[in-house]
Amino acid sequence: MADQLNGAAILIRSLEHEDVEVIFGVPGGAILQAYDELYSSPIRHVLARHEQGGGHMASGYAHATGRVGVTFATSGPGVTNLITPLADAYMDSIPIVAITAQVSSAKIGLDAFQETHTWGITMPVTKHNYLVTKIEEISSTVREAFHLASTGRPGPVLVDITKDALADEMEWHGPQEIDLPGYRPSVKGHPRQVKAAIEAIINSERPVLYAGGGVIRAGASNELRAFAKQQNLPVVTTLMARGAVPDSHPLTLGMPGMHGTYTASTAMQRSDLLIAIGARFDDRVTGDTEFFAPGAKIIHVDVDPAEISKIRKADIPIVGDAKAVLDQLLAQGAERLGGDAAPPRTEWLATLARWQRDFPLAYEQDPEGPIQQQYVIDQLSKRSGPDTIVVAGVGQHQMWTSQFWGFEKPNTWINSGGLGTMGYAVPAAIGAQAGMPERTVIAIDGDGCFQMTFQELITAAIEQIPVKIAVLNNANLGMVRQWQKLFYGERYSATEMSHTIPNIPMLAEAMGCAGLRAETPADVIPTIEKGLAINDRPVVMEFVCDPDAMVFPMIVAGGSNDEILMGPEDVK
Amino acid sequence: MSQHLITVTVENKPGVLARIASMFARRDFNIHSLAVGPTEDPTRSRVTMVVDGPEMEQIVKQLYKLVHVIKVTEHLPGEAVEREIMLVRVNADPSRRSEILNAANIFEATAVDVGAATITFEVVGEPSRLSDFLEFMRTYGIISLVKSGRIALAKDNKSASRSRKRTA
Ligand SMILES: Cc1ncc(C[n+]2csc(CCOP(=O)(O)OP(=O)(O)O)c2C)c(N)n1
Repeated sequence: MADQLNGAAILIRSLEHEDVEVIFGVPGGAILQAYDELYSSPIRHVLARHEQGGGHMASGYAHATGRVGVTFATSGPGVTNLITPLADAYMDSIPIVAITAQVSSAKIGLDAFQETHTWGITMPVTKHNYLVTKIEEISSTVREAFHLASTGRPGPVLVDITKDALADEMEWHGPQEIDLPGYRPSVKGHPRQVKAAIEAIINSERPVLYAGGGVIRAGASNELRAFAKQQNLPVVTTLMARGAVPDSHPLTLGMPGMHGTYTASTAMQRSDLLIAIGARFDDRVTGDTEFFAPGAKIIHVDVDPAEISKIRKADIPIVGDAKAVLDQLLAQGAERLGGDAAPPRTEWLATLARWQRDFPLAYEQDPEGPIQQQYVIDQLSKRSGPDTIVVAGVGQHQMWTSQFWGFEKPNTWINSGGLGTMGYAVPAAIGAQAGMPERTVIAIDGDGCFQMTFQELITAAIEQIPVKIAVLNNANLGMVRQWQKLFYGERYSATEMSHTIPNIPMLAEAMGCAGLRAETPADVIPTIEKGLAINDRPVVMEFVCDPDAMVFPMIVAGGSNDEILMGPEDVK
Repeated sequence: MSQHLITVTVENKPGVLARIASMFARRDFNIHSLAVGPTEDPTRSRVTMVVDGPEMEQIVKQLYKLVHVIKVTEHLPGEAVEREIMLVRVNADPSRRSEILNAANIFEATAVDVGAATITFEVVGEPSRLSDFLEFMRTYGIISLVKSGRIALAKDNKSASRSRKRTA
């Protein structure tokens, strides 16, 4: 027996069929019908205070749970507010589905109230997008959107549905089969290439396993760790892959690139074989590609063939899902070794260990001086445990968190890597917490980033999503100020903010959160302990930090990765 | 600048051309000519493109990333039957008219419109014939010119065509 349903009901039923448990969004005229149906659906709706917040919440949810995040927005300004989270999710390959409403099909093109060319303006920032003008297409399009978002190289998919399609009625027979003749992502790698890769690895004296965000997206961390162990391979984890192998593991060299560890960046420079898995040779990793890893052969494993040889020519390309290919590599590696141990690479590993000893990441906290951001991060990490989900904004605090948190597990680190979106942390943390209610979720934010999206804490307080936000308040757009200090003669153009305005704890209290402040190093631990103990509402812990602290190591943008600045004294 | 001829088989869906054009613009690839039309299968369209540049591998891969793109085939010189139509209006002073018409005859160009001091020719054929004709007509003066964009079909000789198999 088929039900007579309107388009909005078909939409909501289709989302229920996809096992959607929560939608983050903001309603409006064009999408009213869908919200009316949502009212009686078991799907939870979290009312964001801005569509950007709703989009980043969906992204944080997807990061933390590995499931597809869903966001709703109305036509016109609802959609334009969603552009940043779509672009962000596109750069970082995060599976989200955005459902937006469009003016009635008869009004399209007439500059109707709140009409915008959604399909056109979101095309370059989505994996795929749809304009649905007929009720018959709603169900199959939703199915396709979830399939596209979550398979192959994941990414954001937008479905724009006209008001009339949502209002029309038809008999609905349940979800439909999908037909995507042009979409057949590879899963397994070519066996010949896998064989060639194993030969190259066994013959390599100075290999480096270069793990990117694709390893996290594919859920391949266990396989990566096993493969590193099997073949005795040191591992670097990019900003998007932190946690793919435990930072405490002896083969882990940390993050490479602009603010990476000396050992991770230099290991790649000296390597004779880079095994890139789910990584894309981003300029923040490679520096000037002309000087990048000059002696290395490249094995490049990626589910997206277009990433292979886009930046650096691959000697052994392998198109496939990171997890499936790692399984193949493990099997082939075991067969090839036939019970023998992997090459010991004694000299190489000793060199790396020496660099790690000689050039560690370090900071000093003067008990009388201003609070150092790294100290706060270090203490937060020590006191909250390895299952904590950590979220960051963009800037110095993000780099320090990546450097000093000490990640032990995958999917515990959420940040905006490719787009570098300030304001990401608060909403993404809320999304992560909504998806993982039993876990502790801490956002480490800069005062600049915080002021871009803090209003979502109102959402968190009302929706009882008890995230914890640590604002490292250096009264500055710190990362920009760092560049001004180092390269622009200390001319601090438009980077100064304030240690006192806004009053962050008061602001937090006004939004229904607990507000705490640490002003001296002695306050840091008590503030953290207090903040971690509050679980009945969101907590904002403000740390009044040193405006002059800088992130090192540093490789100058566009410079060679052979020239690593270890501290301010290295800047010419 | 090296030019490459490719055929892109796509789902016949609204906006598919916009997707291709947008991707080319975003990736900084250059389209030299483009022709789109229906195929033997009403659910498919075929886009023939001449593209500039050394980026062929990336162009093909990025095309395959578009969900509505089903197949991309690159035709090396001589591997495909290639055709293009051109309409060209040239100066044709009555005193030189017969001379121009004679020349046009040799190129198998058809006069399709005659004005007081101009003749408009239609030329159909391989791209080289079109360019030869244009070169010749320059001496008389070309007033306006329009080309259809090249279309191509791989020759019916399987081993002759290096079809880039999909990897996506
Ligand atoms: C939306 C957006 N606007 C501007 C920038 C450029 N930007 C990068 S880091 C940064 C400063 C961030 O300041 P803050 O949040 O206080 O963090 P800090 O660097 O001080 O830790 C700016 C302005 C950006 N990344 N994103």
